[in-house]
This record gives sequence, C-alpha cells and structure tokens, in this order.
Amino acid sequence: MMIDQEAKRHLRESLAKGVRYDGRKKDEFRNIEIRTGFIVTAEGSAQVKCGETEVIAGVKMSVEKPYSDTPDSGILMVGAELLPLSNPKYEGGPPGADAIEVARVIDRGIRESKSLDNQRLCITAGEKVWTINVDISPLNDDGNLIDVGSMAAVAAILNARFPSYENGKVDFKKVTNEPIPMMRIPIAITVIRIGDAFIVDPTELEEQALDARLTVTTIDDDRLCSIQKGGAGTLSIEEIEKMVDLAVHKSREIRKLIKQE
Amino acid sequence: MDYNKRLDGRDFDELRPMEAKAGVIKKADGSAYFRMGKTIAYAAVYGPREMFPKFMQDPKKGVLRCNYNMLPFSGAGGDRVKPGPSRRSKEISAVTEKALSAVVDLSDSPNAVVDVYIELPQTDAGSRCCGINAAAIALADAGIPMRDIVAAVAVGHAGNKIIVDLDYEEEHLPDYLEGLDEKDVADIPVAVIPSTGEISLLQMDGIVDKAVLFKALHKAREAAMKVSEVQRNALREKFVAHVSDDIDNNENGFEENQY
Repeated sequence: MMIDQEAKRHLRESLAKGVRYDGRKKDEFRNIEIRTGFIVTAEGSAQVKCGETEVIAGVKMSVEKPYSDTPDSGILMVGAELLPLSNPKYEGGPPGADAIEVARVIDRGIRESKSLDNQRLCITAGEKVWTINVDISPLNDDGNLIDVGSMAAVAAILNARFPSYENGKVDFKKVTNEPIPMMRIPIAITVIRIGDAFIVDPTELEEQALDARLTVTTIDDDRLCSIQKGGAGTLSIEEIEKMVDLAVHKSREIRKLIKQE
Repeated sequence: MDYNKRLDGRDFDELRPMEAKAGVIKKADGSAYFRMGKTIAYAAVYGPREMFPKFMQDPKKGVLRCNYNMLPFSGAGGDRVKPGPSRRSKEISAVTEKALSAVVDLSDSPNAVVDVYIELPQTDAGSRCCGINAAAIALADAGIPMRDIVAAVAVGHAGNKIIVDLDYEEEHLPDYLEGLDEKDVADIPVAVIPSTGEISLLQMDGIVDKAVLFKALHKAREAAMKVSEVQRNALREKFVAHVSDDIDNNENGFEENQY
C-alpha cells in the first residue's frame, strides 16, 4: 500500500501526539513469536513473527576451500531475498537495492559482532573449512524486515547443528550435537524518526512516512558493532544519541527472547 | 525386481499426510499453505493488477503469471540451492501456469495480470504438485474467477508397482533398493480438474509402457480427489462461519443458521 501526502501528514500528526495507529507506545515492539528447528532440510532454521511481519531463515553448511587471505578461518555468508510473495512492491528478478541493503545490514551486524569463532570452523588450514550460509526470506512484510530478519538469522544459527563429516564427505543425514560456535548474540534494532518522534518496530505504513532510520546492532555487553543510517532525511548528533540509547535499551529485551528459544 | 513394501511403509495408493490453510499471508490478495509429507509450499496471489511490462498485456483478457521458487535451505538432497531462478524453476513456473490457466477466467480483466508466487521452504519431492495445490487455494482465496480448484499429485512406477505421491527417496529408488535399475522408475506429476477429471498438467520422467501410464493416470485422478478434499476444507475453514454449539433458546428449537 503506497502512502500519499495526506496520509503521511495524518500519520506524522498522530505520532507528534504520541499516538500510533495500532495503539503501541513509541518504544514498544509488536508481539514476537519465535520457533526454531522445523525445516528438516536445513541444518538450522527459525521463524520469527513480529506483529504481521513474518520471516524465516535457514542455515545450510558445507565444506569448502577457505579464502586465501584467511586460510584457517571458516566462512559465514548471510543473504536475504525479499520475496515478491511477501509484499506487492517486491518484483521478481535480481535483488534490488532494498533487498541488498537488508541482506548486507543483517550480514554486517552478525559479522562485525565477531560472535562467530571462525577458527573452530577450520578443518584443514588452507584446504577445507566449514562454510555457513544463512538465507533469510520474509513470508509477509509489514515493516521492520531488518530487525526481524536479523532475529531469524541469529535464532537459526543458534538452532543449527553440524552435519557429520567423515572421510572427506558431509553426511547431512547424520546430525551431530555440535552447535555453531557463537560467542555472542548480536541484536539489530532499527529506530525511525518521523518529525520529532522516534519509534521502534515500524509497520510498513510507518516506514513509508519516515524521515530517517538508524539500525544499530549491539552485542551482549551493550557495545555497538554496526550502524546503518537510512532514509532521505538527516539526523543530528543529539538525535543519533537518543536513537542509539533506545536501540540499546530494546536490544536487551530481544536478546532475552532469542536466548529463550 | 519388485518393489514390495514402500520405504516409509505407506500403501501403494496412500498419499503422505496433508495439511492446508487459506489466508496465511495478510499482504496478499489471496494466499495458502499446503503440505504433503515433508514438502511445504506457500502461495500468494496479487491481482488482478496492472501488467508490467506493457508489451505482455493482453487487451482481450487478463494474464496469469506464476513463479515457482525453492528457498536455499529447502533441498531434499542435502546441498544448498543457489537463490534465484534456474532453468528448472522457470520450466516449473511455466507448467504451473498452464495447469492453473485451464480453470481461471480472466476475461473481465483485460490488460491485467494475476501474479501467483509459490515459495517452498522445505521439499521432499512432489514440489511442483504441492505448489499447484497451494496456488489453487490461494487463487480461490483471492476471489479469482475459476471453474474449479486444481488438485495435483505425482504418481510413479517403480518395481512393477504404481505408487502414489512419491517422496525424495522413492524418486531415487535405485539408490535405496538393490537390483532396481534407473530405467525401472518413472515419476509422473499430474494436475487434475476435480469436477470433470480433465488433466491440466502432465509430465513424465522414466520409461513406462502405455498400459502402465494409463493405470497410473487413473490412480492419479483418484488421489487428486483426496487432495481436493483437503483444499476445500482449507477454504471452508476460512470462509464458512461455524455453527454455534448452543441451540438458540427458541421454542421451536431453531438452530442459528451458519450464514
């Protein structure tokens, strides 16, 4: 649903009075449901519902040659495909700029957190390392794909177990008890500015009316590991500080939810 | 070499457990979830809406456009499936479209397109059939004019037996059963129009003789009726109000009508 000027104006005025259309407070997330381990063809999987937004993520593992500049390091790749099935604004074909941004922001959030103990993924230095592919797909897009996608990716990684590796071959049918070595749990929280209001977990409508957004990824001790500003509007330093504080505050709640699963 | 007992213990004309639900994707005009054993498909319908690119518009009637896609972690063989369309997925999209176009009536929507997106988060063979089953429910959920709800199932021939609703292992039976030759296995996906028994999708891999093919097609038609029941129930669940358990406190004992 594309938003017109009148609708935008009405939304901004409501938010200026602190009113969100679904009755939430500005710093309130929609109801979140997480389930894991339900895709038998994947080594790990998760589905996150946040209000009407629904995203699934799956982990596939394989043994490949490492990158030449990091011969004893495993490989992590996080991808996202914004499926046309989830929102009429997404067209089929190669990923557009928004799909690429969602994928890369989630990927960087996880990568820069240095949560993954890469060395433990090494089988034979210079020759064979585990490669972890995390693929994220929304099933229904009602906004906040970065946060929800990131939750799904992290939950899927935590859910994953290594397949067995014997005589140079991966046996996907024999699952070990070995989890992926994640030392930390990175959480991405996106805060958007509409006029002077800062809100978290925007619906699609709210996203369309935003001036600017800031996605902040934090690790367990509240340190920041990745930031991405989006939207055509600007942010002052004071505004950024407020948004970062809000993001850090919310990340603790979300991290608890993920850990519970 | 005969195939005497199915790998998962099913009867030869027994389908895998099925599950279906309509209206699972709120953003879409119509949607559905369909499961056959471990094969799961989501379908979403958007339209009728304006058709782009314009050169694909048909001034006489609307166009149905289907897109079948497997998610990267859905492959039954263990390997990750590279994201994006492949030659295989494009072909499946095309036959899916043909299977559904046979029942859809878009004469009232010239120049428009009805887009059907089929995504599979997990597969265990029979994915194109599962996709069609989900898509048919989704089209009904979207209110697209149709003469029936297409039901699909894959039948096969292996070790002198006709089998219904093959799973991945059965598709690769020679890998699991000693003495069975590649040539002994045929995989036949079929889509049926339940009210008339007409067939709107038919493909085959493998070698069979004519008699076997026709026996298999009859089995497919029977099996498709079971699929059809599941599809209809999914739509009933969503669209038919439930009769309340209490009888109205009326002298005549008149029950609240469900409409």
